[in-house]
Amino acid sequence: MATSPPSTHSVGVSVPRTDGTAKVTGSARYIDDLPGMPGEIFGRTLRSTVPRGVLRGIRLDPSFDWSDVTVVEARDIPVNAILMISEEQPVLAEGKILHAYEPVALIACPDRLKLDRAARAITLDIEPLPAILDIDTALAGKDVIWGEDNVFKRYLITKGRGDAEGRAASEAGIDAALAACDVVVSGRYETHHQEQLYIEPQGFVAFWDDAGVHVTGSLQCPYYVHKVLKRALDLSSERVHVTQAVTGGGFGGKEEYPSIIALHAALLARKSRRPVRMIYDRTEDIEATTKRHPAIVEITTGCDRDGTLRALKARILMDGGAYMTLTPVVLSRGTLHAAGAYRWQDAFIESVAVATNTPPNGAFRGFGAPQTIWAIERHMDRIARAIGKDPVALRAQNLLRSGDTTATGQTLGLSVGGHACLEAALAESGYHEKRAAGPAVNGRVARGIGASVFMHGAGFTGSGERMLKGKVAIDLLPGGRLQIRTASTDIGQGTETVFRQIAADAAGIPVTHVDFAVPSTTVVPDSGPTVASRTVMVVGAIVEGASREIAERVLAEQAAGGGSFTEAGDRLLSREREVSCLKVYEPPSFIQWDDTTYKGDAYPCFAWACDIAEVEVDLDTFEVTVKNFWSATDVGKAIHPVMCKGQIEGGTLQAIGWALCEEVVWKEGLIKNPRMTNYIIPTSLDAPPFHTTLIEEPWPYGPGGGAKGIGELPMDGGAPALAAAIEHATGLIADSLPMTPERLHTLARTA
Amino acid sequence: MKISFKVNGAARELDAPPLQRLLDALRLVLGLTGTKEGCAEGECGACTVLLDGEPVNACLVPVGQCQGREITTVEGLGAAGHLSPLQRCFIDHGGAQCGICTPGVLISAEHLLRRNPDPDDDAIREALAGNLCRCTGYQRIIESVRAAAVLRRADARDVGDPRDVGDARGARDVSHDRQEAP
Ligand code: FES
Ligand code: FES
Repeated sequence: MATSPPSTHSVGVSVPRTDGTAKVTGSARYIDDLPGMPGEIFGRTLRSTVPRGVLRGIRLDPSFDWSDVTVVEARDIPVNAILMISEEQPVLAEGKILHAYEPVALIACPDRLKLDRAARAITLDIEPLPAILDIDTALAGKDVIWGEDNVFKRYLITKGRGDAEGRAASEAGIDAALAACDVVVSGRYETHHQEQLYIEPQGFVAFWDDAGVHVTGSLQCPYYVHKVLKRALDLSSERVHVTQAVTGGGFGGKEEYPSIIALHAALLARKSRRPVRMIYDRTEDIEATTKRHPAIVEITTGCDRDGTLRALKARILMDGGAYMTLTPVVLSRGTLHAAGAYRWQDAFIESVAVATNTPPNGAFRGFGAPQTIWAIERHMDRIARAIGKDPVALRAQNLLRSGDTTATGQTLGLSVGGHACLEAALAESGYHEKRAAGPAVNGRVARGIGASVFMHGAGFTGSGERMLKGKVAIDLLPGGRLQIRTASTDIGQGTETVFRQIAADAAGIPVTHVDFAVPSTTVVPDSGPTVASRTVMVVGAIVEGASREIAERVLAEQAAGGGSFTEAGDRLLSREREVSCLKVYEPPSFIQWDDTTYKGDAYPCFAWACDIAEVEVDLDTFEVTVKNFWSATDVGKAIHPVMCKGQIEGGTLQAIGWALCEEVVWKEGLIKNPRMTNYIIPTSLDAPPFHTTLIEEPWPYGPGGGAKGIGELPMDGGAPALAAAIEHATGLIADSLPMTPERLHTLARTA
Repeated sequence: MKISFKVNGAARELDAPPLQRLLDALRLVLGLTGTKEGCAEGECGACTVLLDGEPVNACLVPVGQCQGREITTVEGLGAAGHLSPLQRCFIDHGGAQCGICTPGVLISAEHLLRRNPDPDDDAIREALAGNLCRCTGYQRIIESVRAAAVLRRADARDVGDPRDVGDARGARDVSHDRQEAP
């Protein structure tokens, strides 16, 4: 373990994380740790209680003392719209109620106890309507809650014989390709909601002054919040100030939702003319904030008798919830990952996301890909069964290599580490020996082992980065120091530390000489959102380029006037007053993507991994214990190996939770288990020992000598590896998640 | 009601309704915001503190029950410049990511190491079962605790009394010029 890093080589070394001391001493200030501002009051949201209805009115009990209570209704909002991809979602409901936790009114008061009483003194007059609560009902389209047919978005990817003019001809093409195959296999796979369950609930503090509105909160993407506030409050850009507090986890859950709570707090502050603190309790957080999209994936494939894959036909359905939010992008990523990590000559992948009367689903690590990778990986096991082949051998035979093309026609070039990951994980886990020995049954406990192989696109899809133009500023500071200004936030994954390492090496200075500015829209440029496995690979590359440019200027000064790096820097600063570099991201020029045909380079590159799970299943209770988990991941280059492994392990445990125990229980559009006592995530006793191997197949355009994005990847492979291990142990074939004891028991009964 | 107790070794007195949660007394009255709230119902362990040396969930303890007793929070484990071995190992071995669970985890780990200076992984998992972490997958937390146990045992051999080792007030300075977040 490295301690003090050598001065100019911090990339690849696990330096102490720079926010570590604050976090282990309790001095890090998360949003609810910020001291109260003078005159601060507490805010709260009043929500619908039915999944669909007509809002007739809001009645305030006239006998209640409202003198120190601020009430905000839809009519108090300058522009009642939340601007995301579309802006049909109101800030507060007006007339229509589309889900059971839809915000209807806001209240604030200096006394928290009185706030509770005030909430009870308000009656929402809602006339319930029959609700659409599942994908099938939404697709049937008898009752319409969105657009003309409840459909948020559709995509179609075609390749080879699936390529034809129009959907019908494409389908006929793929059907013909399938009909020509030796072996045709079909399956249907389902996945469920998942709550991010970051341990810090969402919250904001908002106030107004002469400069406009100021909000500070727990968030991933300061400029998303900025855009939403600007629009709904009808303000110019300079009058909106968004600052990130230390953030206690996000995982996508603090990507789009914080905009809403920030806006609610800002509206209460505007009307009350006082600072407003709005912190969700756990129940409100689980009920109201976004979750992973449930999905149904139907797959038919054709292959040769020896297992060579030929044709893929897939249909993906996702439940977007009541409003569009980010659903089209989630569906896109899901669609782009549906072919898995395998070679297909012919492909036809269509996808549809629909509206239902459930809370809007949104970003969650993996962003649609875990759903479709679950399906294709389970389907690979089904093919292996059909042709009597070892599932890992089938994968190895068809796993993409450099030179192969993906379903979108992207030719893979550099940094294609799938095979290296597979080999490493197999060797580390002793998979073949354990598999060959068959399931080990000891009394009522059966042990099995299973694998998954997968890839995940790093960075924004297609031309996303080119349109986004992410920016970073690097400033030269006195004493030979650099400051990084970026809107990429550290939400626990270690951005602050990793960016410092990248900047330090690029400039040739010690990592302790690099500062990281608090992300506030007033100070930092828009680097794009902290999402999509793009922070290290994309924004890190801008940090690297800009730091290098500053260093070059100092070095030129040094060459001209002598002295140390610090002295030269100080001279430069005293002469020019300000030495900064604002740099814009330039994606590699060869990336070509056609958004209308969905063909081309879907992602600049992919991270790759192989997961292997070893489980024990209690044959009486169907309880699954994960005994060991191996993961080999091609990360390009690990800037900080310890944190990199931490990302992989943490993401994998979220996948294990999704697969085995996490379940949102719904009843008529309401969540029945909105608490930590009944929404169950894995504890230290449920988590397996992780054996994590980092494979480095450098991506030449990544920073630090080739880093790729890996934030989301670890969420993809856990569930299918576990299902394969459970199948090995018990013979039970699970095609739907979660694999709780109850569901496995049902499977055993009906098998 | 007037309540006097010891917090992190210092005598404190406050006037609070006896049913006020210890968590609120610490955070809102005493300004010790290191102790976190994740669920308010005894499930997540983010609010774990030591009460007379035993871990409790401060969200479930009425402050009235703390009269005359001793409380240790994360702030009592060590501060910047003189971190305890446990704190230092959490930084070095990746035990803290977002850090919101960390204060509670550190308190539970501190309690474990006081009782059991050489715990195996199962003992560590058992001791931390009441502290939910959504970021790390627990692997690096376990490695951090294991490393801290080794350090404490080494220090105990030097110092002689293992009880003093995890105590920041008696601890040697172990920081190696770490930067604070701005
Ligand atoms: S806040 Fe006390 S256990 Fe969660
Ligand atoms: S480090 Fe984030 S919850 Fe544990």
